[in-house]
Amino acid sequence: MYKMNGAQVIIKILERYGIDIIAGIPGGSNLPLYDALSQSTTIRHILARHEQGAGFIAQGIARSSGKPAVCFATSGPGATNILTAIADAKLDSIPIICITGQVPQAMIGTDAFQEVDTYGMSIPITKHNFLVRTAKEILTVIPDAFRIATEGRPGPVLIDIPKDVQLELVEFDNWPEVPRRPILKSYKDKDIQQAATMINAADRPILYLGGGIIHANASGAATRLAEKNALPVTMTLLGLGSMPSDHPLTLGMLGMHAARYTNLAIEECDLLIVAGARFDDRATGKISEFCPAANVIHIDIDPGEIDKLRTAHVKLVGDVGMILDELLPFVKQRKRNEWLTRIKTLRDEHPFLSPGAHDPLMPYGLIRQIADIVDDSAIIATDVGKHQMWVAQAYPFRRPRQLLTSGGLGTMGFGLPAAIGASLAHPQRTVVCFSGDGSILMNIQELATAVEQKVNLKLVILNNTSLGLVRQQQDLFFGKRYFACEYQNHVDFVTIAKGFGMKAFDLSESVTPVAALRQAILAEGPCLIHVPIKRNEEVYPIVPPGASNKEMIGGEKNAAN
Amino acid sequence: MPPIEPVKLSPAPDKPNKAVLELTVNNHPGVMSHICSLFSHRVYNMDGILCMPVKDGQMSKIWIRINGNGQLEQIVKQLQKLEDVHAVRYHNAGHEIFIALEDSFKVI
Ligand SMILES: Cc1ncc(C[n+]2csc(CCOP(=O)(O)OP(=O)(O)O)c2C)c(N)n1
Repeated sequence: MYKMNGAQVIIKILERYGIDIIAGIPGGSNLPLYDALSQSTTIRHILARHEQGAGFIAQGIARSSGKPAVCFATSGPGATNILTAIADAKLDSIPIICITGQVPQAMIGTDAFQEVDTYGMSIPITKHNFLVRTAKEILTVIPDAFRIATEGRPGPVLIDIPKDVQLELVEFDNWPEVPRRPILKSYKDKDIQQAATMINAADRPILYLGGGIIHANASGAATRLAEKNALPVTMTLLGLGSMPSDHPLTLGMLGMHAARYTNLAIEECDLLIVAGARFDDRATGKISEFCPAANVIHIDIDPGEIDKLRTAHVKLVGDVGMILDELLPFVKQRKRNEWLTRIKTLRDEHPFLSPGAHDPLMPYGLIRQIADIVDDSAIIATDVGKHQMWVAQAYPFRRPRQLLTSGGLGTMGFGLPAAIGASLAHPQRTVVCFSGDGSILMNIQELATAVEQKVNLKLVILNNTSLGLVRQQQDLFFGKRYFACEYQNHVDFVTIAKGFGMKAFDLSESVTPVAALRQAILAEGPCLIHVPIKRNEEVYPIVPPGASNKEMIGGEKNAAN
Repeated sequence: MPPIEPVKLSPAPDKPNKAVLELTVNNHPGVMSHICSLFSHRVYNMDGILCMPVKDGQMSKIWIRINGNGQLEQIVKQLQKLEDVHAVRYHNAGHEIFIALEDSFKVI
């Protein structure tokens, strides 16, 4: 028989589920939880400097490890601050569990101090949420939260726990286990055979991999299928790393900032095999003009994604790795000389251009240079903007979970805290975060956390003194009427970092930038590397928002852009 | 290639885009919010909703009348994904549940 208060039950169950890091910030309504956490010998608390930071630290742990991660916030402003990180996890299907304190039940609904309707506000941005009303319920709610966050399509779960419930004593006989339900599978053998027949009959198939491949640990299965049938492979932003970027069948990322030949090749396909991807508009461009002639095989764990935006000829709902492996024996060994030759021609005629690739003070050159310094075990995080797209285009991703980036929500401020989380989960690895001077300011307070936790994190700021991606869109689509995107006040990031107690330097001031970069990246501990770049370094090609993927601007061979 | 066959709802809809759904859900104070939030977030149209506890209050039954431009299958799939939803049954638009209530909804 166990007897303890609700807060102690929560911490004990989290320990039993192997949680060893929790990021958060305490406040009035979660103090019992913090008091219980202070007694834990196995959980390390990471004190963030803003609850959004705590949420993204949890995401960094979850994205880099594939395991669920936990964050804490107090009621009211603590809860509202963390919501962005939860919404971000929802759109990218990341398993995080957020536990918020709430005012005591007797005060709920009275506009009490620091009371907000956390439950109501989090419904549309969580996979599921709970408002716990008795301490006894904690024994089922926490295990359910772990199950829901990780089963099927992963996602965030929020648990709102009033202070009186945290303090209520509860007696129980046994610790709960994590409930498991059988994996959803709603396809038949004949569907697998039909898919295989279509793949075997196709002349110009494309395998289109999304973040689901990474969540399902299915990159091996995808690679086996692609290699057996000689399927050219494209990946979404979140799918990058499912197949090595230097694999002969890899076409790189598709969509808004794809290489020209990639979008052109996809346009010519007669069969799209979509696995763990959801036809996001950044990937497909104008959906009605996305490979209109192609047949579609759609594989996903979420039945709601099938036929949502594009009707599929064969619909396979279930674990994507299992399905790809089931397909394998029915798919013929092929060489596809004609199709691969056609793709090679497209690649020669419309290659990916990376101007400045040999200059470490230019975006592509900097990214290439850093990739040369670290090995594939390094974790690469990005913020949101042009720098994110340059990294997605040019960094040679070679393994799943190597890239951490905010895809669906595109949240500026994601990079630094997510990189801290990844580093905490993988202390032996180097973590590099590419950020912009706009994005970094959105969670710059987490530099304090990085220094305090001594994470091995290299923060590379590409400073174009502007909200670069916004400026580029105004340049191209709003008649160069630059507005609200060029900073007048130039922040001294090196001094700021030093104020946080972090090593920092300006790469442009180094006479031997490559050597300086190498030395900084190979040294242990956190370091900020400031790299001034021109405002008009742009990301090309670009598909105008809402346009078809054929309508790429820029990035043309033999044309200056 | 054979033409794409849409997922079959049974019975087949008697009126295009209109139907009545019968949901069995966990009964707790937030469950209606979850259902309504799904409809507003995904811009699905419902023009009637009824909810009553069943089974000693452990569960509730929710009836929803929908008016959804070709969205029926998506609505059903998304409802089935909700943690609190145990079952979704599909009925034709002419189902008696809302018809029987017509007298209560007369505007005088
Ligand atoms: C929280 C948030 N606010 C606004 C935006 C819109 N937005 C997208 S990219 C961008 C500019 C990013 O600037 P910076 O981080 O300096 O990167 P750059 O594009 O210059 O590389 C903005 C404002 C966003 N994605 N996220």
